Amino acid sequence: MRNPKRNQKIAFFFLFLATLLIVVPVGMVVVIIVVKGLPAINWQFLSDIPRQGMRAGGIFPAIVGTVYLVLGAIIFALPIGLLAAIYLSEYAKENLLNRMIKLSIVNLAGVPSVVYGLFGLALFVVFFKFGASILSGSLTLGIMILPIIITTSREALESVPQSFREVSLSLGASKWQTIRHIVLPNAIPGIITGTILGIGRAAGETAPILFTVAAFYLPQLPKSIFDQAMALPYHLYVISTQVPNVDEKIRYGTALVLLTLVLFMNLTAIIIRYKFRKKKKW
Amino acid sequence: MAKIEVNKLNLWYGDFHALINVSASFIEKKITAIIGPSGCGKSTLLRAFNRMNDLIEGVRTEGEIIIDTENILANGTDLVSLRKKVGMVFQRPNPFPLSIFENVIFGERVHGENLKRDNLERIAEESLRAVLLWDDLKDKLQKPALGLSLEQKQRLCIARLIAVKSDIVLMDEPCSTLDPQATARIEELMRELKDKYTIIIVTHNMQQAARVSDDTGFMLLGELVEFGRTDDVFTRPKDKRTEDYITGRYG
Repeated sequence: MRNPKRNQKIAFFFLFLATLLIVVPVGMVVVIIVVKGLPAINWQFLSDIPRQGMRAGGIFPAIVGTVYLVLGAIIFALPIGLLAAIYLSEYAKENLLNRMIKLSIVNLAGVPSVVYGLFGLALFVVFFKFGASILSGSLTLGIMILPIIITTSREALESVPQSFREVSLSLGASKWQTIRHIVLPNAIPGIITGTILGIGRAAGETAPILFTVAAFYLPQLPKSIFDQAMALPYHLYVISTQVPNVDEKIRYGTALVLLTLVLFMNLTAIIIRYKFRKKKKW
Repeated sequence: MAKIEVNKLNLWYGDFHALINVSASFIEKKITAIIGPSGCGKSTLLRAFNRMNDLIEGVRTEGEIIIDTENILANGTDLVSLRKKVGMVFQRPNPFPLSIFENVIFGERVHGENLKRDNLERIAEESLRAVLLWDDLKDKLQKPALGLSLEQKQRLCIARLIAVKSDIVLMDEPCSTLDPQATARIEELMRELKDKYTIIIVTHNMQQAARVSDDTGFMLLGELVEFGRTDDVFTRPKDKRTEDYITGRYG
């Protein structure tokens, strides 16, 4: 006998189960890392250099290194990404060249991060002779997050209603004035959201910095962009796999700092997007 | 005196012949209405006067549109000064998501040399007075323009044009989103603006054309079928098709 009501209940149950399964790992990751890492967190852990072969002390150089790398990546990727997005959304006509550009961006987003690492090593470290340095690492991370910034910025620009552009042009504004006065200001929240998502991604990746910047152990802070630096994701890798007898607390503490940093970035992006949607009236 | 002289204007969207041999004179400081059923080319004609059709890809024009002795379809035409001179009010009131003040002075921000506060304030006051918004809005100039009523928004859009010092105002169904009272007040405003501006209004609403315009053109399938004094067009149409349209037999 067919029983549509019962079938619907079964279907609903499995759909709900599948959805619930998405939440479980996220929740468990956060809970496990918080429970195991929280005991390690104190002022010394956040502000001191690693001591006793990274088995004690803090992770301050790694935090600073990650901040430098992320800033460097943004300084490089945001202007290029934004200008490219403006070109693609406002000026580009539909032709072979622009289709190729768009295809490249999609593919750039799909390149595995370790390949970026190798590419950064070949281009920045070896070819441009920047050595393993903050500069090389930042540029590599910058290229990695370019597609995120271009795609989100383009979406933000394209979501500005066409009628605003028409009105502005009909008032005698040039195309560039229209972009500067009308399109860009209305797209900024979306662009910021994309940038923050890019930052979050850059902060968390290990592979791109592996060959280009990351130092195994460096008890002092970097002095210039040509210095190597420690970074949180790589430090976590090192103390988890390369150094024997590191207290579990320290490993999870490091993971917690990194996770907090990335989740905080994503949360900021969500809040900005939410506020923007509420404000938007057109 | 003719402000806009159209000679044998033809326009194509790709293969589609949207305007066919249109010729007409639009008189200075008068209101000219263009009526006709949807898709007849009346908005296209309007948008030819400030070259807004250029924004659409694959548009091709032939013929002449002479505004103040200059053929604006010529290649070297400066679109910025053309669009300053020939302003446009759109169907849907479309203020920018900025303050009321910034909306009015947008043109000045873009074109102006004198961006001093007192100059901008003077322009905002003059323009808002011209559209009879000043008394209502003078204390809320910094409020967002998107919070205004539809009628106020449409007035604000007209003020934004006046601030650019246009002499020709193109209106593309400016009242189609407004209720009858607001429509009547906007029509009243049009009559007042006629002293200084040449107004061309595209409208679906034949009563509106009869009420406000001095001259009327009737368009059908890309052709300007009839053009003349509004009274004549509505009471003694020369063309059978005009008569059919205004008596409601189609459209």
